Amino acid sequence: MADPEDFAGQTPAWCPGCGNFNILKAFKAAMIRLELKPDQLVLVSGIGQASKLPHYTAGNIFNGLHGRPLPVATAIRLANHDMRVVAVAGDGDCYGEGGNHFLHAMRRNVNVKLFVHDNQIYGLTKGQASPTSQAGMVTKSQPFGVLLEPLNPIALAVAMDAGFAARAYAGDVQFLTEMMAAAMQHRGFALIDILQPCVTFNRLNTFRWYHERVYRLGPDHDPGDREAAFRLALEQEKIPTGVIYRHKRPLLEDQIPVIAGKEPLVHQPFSPKAVEKELEAFY
Amino acid sequence: MFSPLANWKINAMDYSIKIGGQAGQGIQTISSALAKALVRSGCYVFTHQDYMSRIRGGHNFNQIRFSDRPVSSSRSKVDMLVALDQNTVNIHHGDLNAGGLVAYDSGAIGQKLDGPDFLDVPWRQIATDVAGSRLMENAAAAGAVMGMLGMDAGPLTELLSQMFLRKGQEIGDKNVAAARAGHKFAMDNCPTCAYSVPAGKNGPRRMLIEGASAVGLGALMSGCRFYAAYPMTPSTGVLNFMAAKSKQYSLVVEQAEDEIGAINMAIGASYAGVRAMTGTAGGGFALMVEGLSLAGMTETPVVIFIGQRPAPATGLPTRTEQGDLLFLLNASHGEFPRVIMAPGTPEQAFYLTNKAFDLAEKFQVPALILFDTYLTDAEWTVDGLDAARLKYTDYRLRAGDLEGLKQYKRHAFTGTGVTPLAEPGASPHLVVTDSDEHDEEGHIIEDAATRTRMVEKRLLKKLPLLRQEMEPPLFYGPQKAEILLAGWGSTYGVMKEAVDVLRERHNLAMMHWSEIWPFPGTDKVDYPARLRAAGRTLCVENNATSQFAQLLLSQTGYQFTDRVNKYDGRPFLLDELVEKVEALIG
Repeated sequence: MADPEDFAGQTPAWCPGCGNFNILKAFKAAMIRLELKPDQLVLVSGIGQASKLPHYTAGNIFNGLHGRPLPVATAIRLANHDMRVVAVAGDGDCYGEGGNHFLHAMRRNVNVKLFVHDNQIYGLTKGQASPTSQAGMVTKSQPFGVLLEPLNPIALAVAMDAGFAARAYAGDVQFLTEMMAAAMQHRGFALIDILQPCVTFNRLNTFRWYHERVYRLGPDHDPGDREAAFRLALEQEKIPTGVIYRHKRPLLEDQIPVIAGKEPLVHQPFSPKAVEKELEAFY
Repeated sequence: MFSPLANWKINAMDYSIKIGGQAGQGIQTISSALAKALVRSGCYVFTHQDYMSRIRGGHNFNQIRFSDRPVSSSRSKVDMLVALDQNTVNIHHGDLNAGGLVAYDSGAIGQKLDGPDFLDVPWRQIATDVAGSRLMENAAAAGAVMGMLGMDAGPLTELLSQMFLRKGQEIGDKNVAAARAGHKFAMDNCPTCAYSVPAGKNGPRRMLIEGASAVGLGALMSGCRFYAAYPMTPSTGVLNFMAAKSKQYSLVVEQAEDEIGAINMAIGASYAGVRAMTGTAGGGFALMVEGLSLAGMTETPVVIFIGQRPAPATGLPTRTEQGDLLFLLNASHGEFPRVIMAPGTPEQAFYLTNKAFDLAEKFQVPALILFDTYLTDAEWTVDGLDAARLKYTDYRLRAGDLEGLKQYKRHAFTGTGVTPLAEPGASPHLVVTDSDEHDEEGHIIEDAATRTRMVEKRLLKKLPLLRQEMEPPLFYGPQKAEILLAGWGSTYGVMKEAVDVLRERHNLAMMHWSEIWPFPGTDKVDYPARLRAAGRTLCVENNATSQFAQLLLSQTGYQFTDRVNKYDGRPFLLDELVEKVEALIG
């Protein structure tokens, strides 16, 4: 049985009341439920409040650059497919700065889990619009309100045929824990877009605002139904949470002959001698 | 003006062949086959390519130079022009030396060309007659060239059967038949062919290799297991080489969505415990700079191949320049150590790629291999590459090393600044690192004292140790030279030959840097003293602002007396450099 102490980390430097605390709680609960050990995990993050999460729990950690956790996480899996790799990012990190990597990670379907803390605002730079901010939201850098339509990560994931796309709410730790556990058990790339109030900068999407709109999807939704998933992804008045889309696709690691069904690349033997015969081709 | 090259070939056999045509006509096929056949016939061969940024059409050429002594540059004039289209004749007819010939196929270009220096070889018809297909016309043309040179067809036909082995016996046989028929036609129909080539059938075994493959081989033999890149000329050759070898040598090659993704992937794979590399051109490297800094901060080994091409911006995509030296030196936000190697030959590229991998792992720093289009494509004759000279040490802590270890801190302070790098997942010890400033364990910190110690650890302690690993410049020529030609990277070959030519009239030598950063110390060789002892020092660079001269001045206080620059997107040709130097010192 996993020991909750295994996943203790440093003291969080988040604002009191931040939705991140609940996400951290759910993360630890999911790891413990799955009986994982910190040394089996690699937690890869970018920059932003969300990306500090790995330091507040335990695992092997690569806290990289803003927007760049996905290429790092992808390569870690390709180099060692025994590791459980989780990328943690914020909405600005993943959908703004790292948008291109996000698109291609869904195409690759590498076995990386992507947990996005989506608070619809830039917290660490103190309150500018993020790619998911609602149109019209007035901020310090958008004095006329946000003029761009928000990016819909779940609709995008369904459109890109991502293997696992879930929406969660940081105010519902139990359901979030279940989704994290399900994502970890899904064989392939898994996105959880976690709606999370920013108590300091986002005065629009508050806990109260979410409580009035968020609901749990029940067993009547079939995540394998892509059209239904797309409709749910586009829902406006109420916000459905749960696994919205699920589709088993071939894993990238299973299609690269060098590692498919073999031991991890990092453990495959190397001998410079074996390569010497390559010189012959140039004579 | 005195022309030292006018009679240069009297001393030795020295011929150049230019093969020109449109992109997609098979210039590369003819050139590769001929160049290798000439090496197998006992000649020293040097080739270089000139091509446009297009897939079909336009005008491209390859130039093959061969001699009975080592050659390492291209000449301005040629002794044979193989014209695959009329345009090649129009552009290059004037490039012929006295006695030179144009080989063409009137059937292919649609008209007969009159003149004593034209030889009409119906290679298309020959291919159709003996092989039943136009597809073998390039083999017929290559055979004809061997015939015009008065050489034996054996080495070429042997090579063709090997080249086409994978496509089946029949295709190989047809190419051989076409080459033989082309050879016979030229032998029978070229009374004006007066090339004097020793018809050596079986020369000593030598290699013909270009820079991109030399880097690829060096990387493979250094234990590179992961290569991520976004295609960009002139780095694509390395990507293709690695991809072609990936299955056989357990290498994962991933084409990234962009160069930012590519370098972050290489860093991720390296963190996970395998040797990793990425490759790009100057423009792609501009996108990688943020990642370079990440490797610096997290002390993650990574090797980066950078092929320079004329910039700014898109520049001349398929051409050559040495314009990114100072960019590579200064690229990054923040301060951290890096290694920069700038090989001058494919041979150096092979060994320095190995050294880049070794130093990157040993010191946990990014190591950059600075190339350019010219060095990437140009083929050199090499006696051999010695795998025994390569270094392979796994510096990482693996499961066995970690067993019984009480604690592990990824960035623990050590005397050398280097903390052993553990493989994540190989033991219960966690491997933690951060692009934020961090403590010994790898967690985010902001306090001044830790920051100061970390800068000392990853930068100030490592730098002098790294500097000790760097070799001083290579010296070629008389010890007490009055005139020095100086340069770095791909100008090695042309400078060396220019020294050979000019030494008959001047007391002159070459000084060449291939290990650029950390700038080599003077304890092994007091090269600034040598520079000061020479009356004239000419810094030869394929750029407009003499970037290396600026670097040397900043590092040693020495200023070259003269600068020789070329920035038209083309490499220095031997005759051109000799004339430029002669004009300055004559």
